[in-house]
Amino acid sequence: MFYREAGQFKSSYAADQQIFPIRQDRIGIAAILIAAFVAVPLFGNEYWFVAILIPFLIFALAALGLNILTGYAGQLSLGAAAFMAVGAYAAYNFQLRVDGIPILVSFICAGLTAAAVGIVFGLPSLRIKGFYLAVATLAAQFFIVWCLTKFPWLSNNSSSGVISAQRIIIFGHEFESAREKYLLVLCIVVLMAMMAKNMARSSIGRAWMAVRDMDVAAEVVGIRLMHTKLLAFAVSSFYCGVAGALYAFCYLGSVEPDGFSLDLSFKILFMIIVGGVGTILGSFLGAAFILLLPIFLNVTLPWIAELLHLPINGATVSHIETMVFGALIMFFLIIEPHGLARLWQIGKEKLRLWPFPH
Amino acid sequence: MQFFIEVTIGGLLSGVMYSLVALGFVLIYKASGVFNFAQGAMVYFAALCVVGCVDKGAPLWLAVILAFIIMVLFGIATEKFVLRKLVNQPPITLFMATIGLAFFIEGAAPILWGDTVRPVDLGIVDDPIAAIMDSTGMLISTFDLAAAGIAALLVAVLALFFQKTKIGRALRAVADDHQAALSIGIPLQHIWAIVWSVAGFVALVAGLLWGARNGVQFALTFTALKALPVLILGGFTSVPGAIVGGLIIGASEKLAEIYIPPVLAGWFGGNFGGIEGWFPYVMALLFLLVRPEGLFGERHIDRV
Amino acid sequence: MSTRAIGDVILDLQNISLRFGGVKALTDISFDVREHEIRAIIGPNGAGKSSMLNVINGVYRPQEGNIVFRGEKRHNMEPHKAAEAGFARTFQNIALFKGMSVLDNLMTGRNLKMRSNFLLQALWWGPARREELEHRRKVEEVIDFLEIEHIRKTPVGRLPYGLQKRVELGRALAAEPSILLLDEPMAGMNVEEKQDMCRFILDVNDQFGTTIILIEHDMGVVMDISDRVVVLDYGRKIGDGAPDEVKNNPDVIAAYLGTQH
Repeated sequence: MFYREAGQFKSSYAADQQIFPIRQDRIGIAAILIAAFVAVPLFGNEYWFVAILIPFLIFALAALGLNILTGYAGQLSLGAAAFMAVGAYAAYNFQLRVDGIPILVSFICAGLTAAAVGIVFGLPSLRIKGFYLAVATLAAQFFIVWCLTKFPWLSNNSSSGVISAQRIIIFGHEFESAREKYLLVLCIVVLMAMMAKNMARSSIGRAWMAVRDMDVAAEVVGIRLMHTKLLAFAVSSFYCGVAGALYAFCYLGSVEPDGFSLDLSFKILFMIIVGGVGTILGSFLGAAFILLLPIFLNVTLPWIAELLHLPINGATVSHIETMVFGALIMFFLIIEPHGLARLWQIGKEKLRLWPFPH
Repeated sequence: MQFFIEVTIGGLLSGVMYSLVALGFVLIYKASGVFNFAQGAMVYFAALCVVGCVDKGAPLWLAVILAFIIMVLFGIATEKFVLRKLVNQPPITLFMATIGLAFFIEGAAPILWGDTVRPVDLGIVDDPIAAIMDSTGMLISTFDLAAAGIAALLVAVLALFFQKTKIGRALRAVADDHQAALSIGIPLQHIWAIVWSVAGFVALVAGLLWGARNGVQFALTFTALKALPVLILGGFTSVPGAIVGGLIIGASEKLAEIYIPPVLAGWFGGNFGGIEGWFPYVMALLFLLVRPEGLFGERHIDRV
Repeated sequence: MSTRAIGDVILDLQNISLRFGGVKALTDISFDVREHEIRAIIGPNGAGKSSMLNVINGVYRPQEGNIVFRGEKRHNMEPHKAAEAGFARTFQNIALFKGMSVLDNLMTGRNLKMRSNFLLQALWWGPARREELEHRRKVEEVIDFLEIEHIRKTPVGRLPYGLQKRVELGRALAAEPSILLLDEPMAGMNVEEKQDMCRFILDVNDQFGTTIILIEHDMGVVMDISDRVVVLDYGRKIGDGAPDEVKNNPDVIAAYLGTQH
């Protein structure tokens, strides 16, 4: 009874096409944003920023990127981490080689570089679909990481390709503390999430979904497949690229090519499966879930083992973690293929009637 | 020239191993339309079962039989707990489920059998064959030849199984059209369980051969990544494609590893090894641009 | 009956032949379509009717023959170019975008007419926003016309068959086509649904002057609503003309009822 749209009549198409048409949603989003921008920076501590909030936002951004390509445009990609790597190394090189370039401009250029690389590896999608394409994206994964390791110019001749991110200075102010970095990441992620939502509800988003649902019909309606698919690859890679740049600059500080492994790509894929394929919200929910799960297991497993007097060591915990990841993916695909975002939606529908379900 | 031939032959023989893994993919894809990413994990799991049983004191032949039984049980369990619940889902969903399955196995197997690297001794020596070395000066290992022989035998047995037995006929019917097969009373679920068991058997053979060569370790799961470009090249539904594709990938990958890095080093300076990691993928991709259905795949016409 | 005047030839198909490997789907077929008319293609199953439509809007490329559209001669069409030229169509086995709502499906019909680029759309900036509203208004007209207001926001996958067929017609109409290709728009419908569909087809033709090329199996419907009929059998044309002429054509009777010996 508290969450329902009764009485909220829309008298124009503009009102009906708002980003959050229901008042309670608007209030909820406003509350979350206020909490994220005001309450968290005031009360959060170092551990929360560094270990949870910053990586959460960055992975949510990467998941958003993959979701645009896989969830909206229906092109399965197993190489998301490689595009993050492109973004990280591009941002580093722009900072290194272009004198006086503002850091935000290098982030944008990093995204654009990733987008360009994404278009190149998206070209096969014009001829091949489905599994063949998924395997083709592995080519991007291996080739890009190999290039970053082998061409010393890309990492400014550092050994085995390790780069250390430069300092972040915006308008003369250096973003040094975890709190400041958190705020920077938050601004970028909120902005890009809004843009993704807008694209999803515009003609480009509809074109992506049309290609996903039935490409022959999409073409007959007049959607240009090549243009639409390549744009999906470009936008998706842009998002992953920016996420990669933030990963290097605001999270880890120094990264190596091997850090952007196939495992990381799978992790991002898991985020969108668990969170919800083809939803913006799902990217955030999935990122939170996949990030928090290992922390949860690391805390609880030794405790359970002690309770049952079983021997347990670090390796076993990591094996169990892998196993639980795998089991969860299968579980979600079987029980709720639309992920946490759908569960949230179902919850909201229940809430419309609650506490008087009849 | 002799060096070139030697590299080529070495590549072809290691390609046989890729073919073996690819074969498991093809079997499952043909019969159930599932692209089973977990095939590599199954290779690892099967090999671990063997060394695990040997560790417990079983002789090798018994360990292999036990491992086979475990793989069959595993196939049945996969069908019952995963595939059956995902019937009628889009193929991409099933594919993602097999990625989950791969992670599950990769986590569970070392918990069951331990994660130290262990050797398997099949009793085949890994030495160059003296006769060939004496006459031509080329180093060709007994082990490689034996592996190729075992692979050929396996393919022959599978071909007989598919062509001559009642189950084989049912399998082909299911591969052709699930619904039609159901309508004439072929129990789809049994068939899937059988196919997964057969794929488990193929994984066992591959795991033994790879394990005997490199030791049974986590790296065995990467065999899946070697097999994927083979599939693109050969077509997902073609057994001969898996074989020929494996040979081509094996040979070209070794040749590329030998001949391309020096060229790159000449241009850019530095060390460019490790091309093997991506070369098969790029090659398979370029090939796809010319022939999207693979070497032996069927051209697909969209009907609307 | 409608009062619209049938105009000149707008689409002329000349000696079209189409093969898939060794299978001949269409052999040397020629016919023309005049502006504003309702042109039916009939024939037994497997006669090549759908293939014919697929050739017209470029999903299939014929091996031989020419397509002359508004005086412009070409060997084959391309699907999105055909859409730009004003072709819209529905499919025999509904080809809607199943994951999207009715409204979004109809909006894809207007994608071609939307000009703002994706950056403006991402920012929901002035022109992009205005454009979205303007096209929404057009789509709402189609929704009113087809009487599907109540399902506007329902995902199409959840709709019953008859309504899906109607939504698919809506998606085609949203593009404001000059030629509408309908592949068995009434297949699998009950009498009432067929009546509704007939009414929509006649209204579209009447109100907007849309040229319609239609494949249909229900002879009653075909004879009632079409101006001229082409009859195909085994990929060849065996009859062409007004409904009454075709009905009395001995070849056509033979194809449908079997030959008398």
